[in-house]
Amino acid sequence: MTAENVLRALKAVSAGRAEDAVLSVRDLSVRFRLRGGRTVEAVSDAGFDLGAGECLALVGESGCGKSVLASALLGLLPGNAETSGTALLAGPEGAAATDLLAADEKTLARTVRGRRVGLVPQSPAAHLTPVRTVRSQLEETVRALTGTSRRARRRAAEDAAGRAAFPAGHLDRYPHELSGGLAQRAATALALIGDARLLLADEPTTGLDRDLVDRTADELRRHADDGRALLLITHDLAAAERIADRVAVMYAGRIVEIAPAHRFFGPAGPRHPYARGLLDALPDRAFTPIPGMPPELSALPEGCAFAPRCPLATELCSTRPEFTADLACHHPEHPRA
Amino acid sequence: MLELDTVTAGYDRRTPVFRGASLTVAPGESVGLLGPSGCGKSTLARVAALLHRPDAGRLVLDGTEVTAWRHRAPRELRTAVGVVFQQPRTAADPRLTLADLLVEPLRATGRRAEAAARLAELAPAVGLTPDLLGRRPHEVSDGQLQRACLGRALALRPRWLVCDEMTAMLDASTTAALVAAVETYREETGASLLAVGHDRLLLRRWCDRTVEWQDCLPAEERP
Ligand SMILES: Nc1ncnc2c1ncn2[C@@H]1O[C@H](COP(=O)(O)OP(=O)(O)OP(=O)(O)O)[C@@H](O)[C@H]1O
Ligand code: SF4
Ligand SMILES: [Mg+2]
Repeated sequence: MTAENVLRALKAVSAGRAEDAVLSVRDLSVRFRLRGGRTVEAVSDAGFDLGAGECLALVGESGCGKSVLASALLGLLPGNAETSGTALLAGPEGAAATDLLAADEKTLARTVRGRRVGLVPQSPAAHLTPVRTVRSQLEETVRALTGTSRRARRRAAEDAAGRAAFPAGHLDRYPHELSGGLAQRAATALALIGDARLLLADEPTTGLDRDLVDRTADELRRHADDGRALLLITHDLAAAERIADRVAVMYAGRIVEIAPAHRFFGPAGPRHPYARGLLDALPDRAFTPIPGMPPELSALPEGCAFAPRCPLATELCSTRPEFTADLACHHPEHPRA
Repeated sequence: MLELDTVTAGYDRRTPVFRGASLTVAPGESVGLLGPSGCGKSTLARVAALLHRPDAGRLVLDGTEVTAWRHRAPRELRTAVGVVFQQPRTAADPRLTLADLLVEPLRATGRRAEAAARLAELAPAVGLTPDLLGRRPHEVSDGQLQRACLGRALALRPRWLVCDEMTAMLDASTTAALVAAVETYREETGASLLAVGHDRLLLRRWCDRTVEWQDCLPAEERP
């Protein structure tokens, strides 16, 4: 064990991880080095636990680092990325946990991606194998998992397609013959057919109409209810409200609040001013945008990154608020009456 | 005034995407067209934006019938319409800076001289800072790129706007900001709007009225 690994292990013990967590993330940071010496701080000090049967929604403005976080957990970041922190994935039935951030590519490719961690990617078209039909990709996944008979594989493939609202008549098509919405559903079917304990779904409902959004969200929820953990990355707050147990809000690469979904969407509302602003922008609420734009992740301010747009900012906010008790803000709002 | 009168359109004559669709948008009015995934809304939006020639039926823009074009609609008509699509990544030329992207329609129509002045008006209207204007599409987020695509659609001061799922991949705050930018433009110019999508809450809040896709079709074609 290298000194670095020992340090990681010690940190994990002292971080107070939930015992039954399927995934336990601490201090996850991702930096992209750009030419000219600039650094993009895409994710900073992210931490959360995700238990069996639980759905955590990760929400936040476009470009705030949600997809980078998911890619980091799967070791799918490009070469100019530097990752630090720990992400412990519980081992199968009592086996030791795997630190996804420390695992080598061989381990990730052979035992993690698609097996212990499933992914519904944000751009499904790029994720499907172009030279094979949807049916053959589904059946192949079943074979790799269970090696069942041909008939059983066929049934499992059709069943998963049905659950993802992928029309059976399109199963024999190649990915390039699918519309964006269909490719999305094919990717969801592929994730549902797997048996991964942890599922990362990155915008799984983009481009779908409300009925299909609801159906897809419900299927993902059912998948989690069978004892799996679900991280749902989404802009669709209605979908998050429908199926999430907790909501994590990300702003400029940091998780700034984690709240139970019923409080977040209920009358009490979130406590972080950014989270409140995001909800107030909804068309069935005030429909007012948060003024200004998110900061550049390559030129973040010293203090709270939301300060230039925050109605509650004071001098105090020029030092960065710690993330404690599921919140990072110097002047959190009190639950609305 | 835009009138689609029993329009049939598709990508292959034998199997049209829809048959006999009719829809009217009055001057200055905003209409939201709601329909399920894959029903043909985007094809209709492309017809309304003069980007796709219908196979049958009439398209009337401010009293002029514009259905009879062959490969491309006449320029003076095309430039009267501004269009924003769902996917800014596929809609934006990756080699241009956002500033160039915004004023590209002016250059394309030989009005290069106006570009600087128009850019100075457009950039703040869609919420783009000078720093962002200097970057290329791969260096900005989807939300920032979509702001640029909206700016480009407004560059020639169209009388008529078509937004096809403009905000489908955006967060709530960026969505509200882009809608506000469209509405400010419409207040200033009296332009009409056809917004296509499946977000009922959004289109009801945004538009003067909403139309269900099946109500555009003749009874025998309704799904
Ligand atoms: N390979 C890369 N090199 C440099 N910067 C990158 C790279 N990939 C992503 N980024 C930057 O990291 C930040 C986070 O990107 P990410 O894709 O995670 O956003 P997101 O929250 O998923 O956004 P969206 O909601 O639009 O999907 C962005 O500022 C992006 O520009
Ligand atoms: S720390 Fe200050 S600036 Fe940041 S969100 Fe809280 S009140 Fe606003
Ligand atoms: Mg993303």
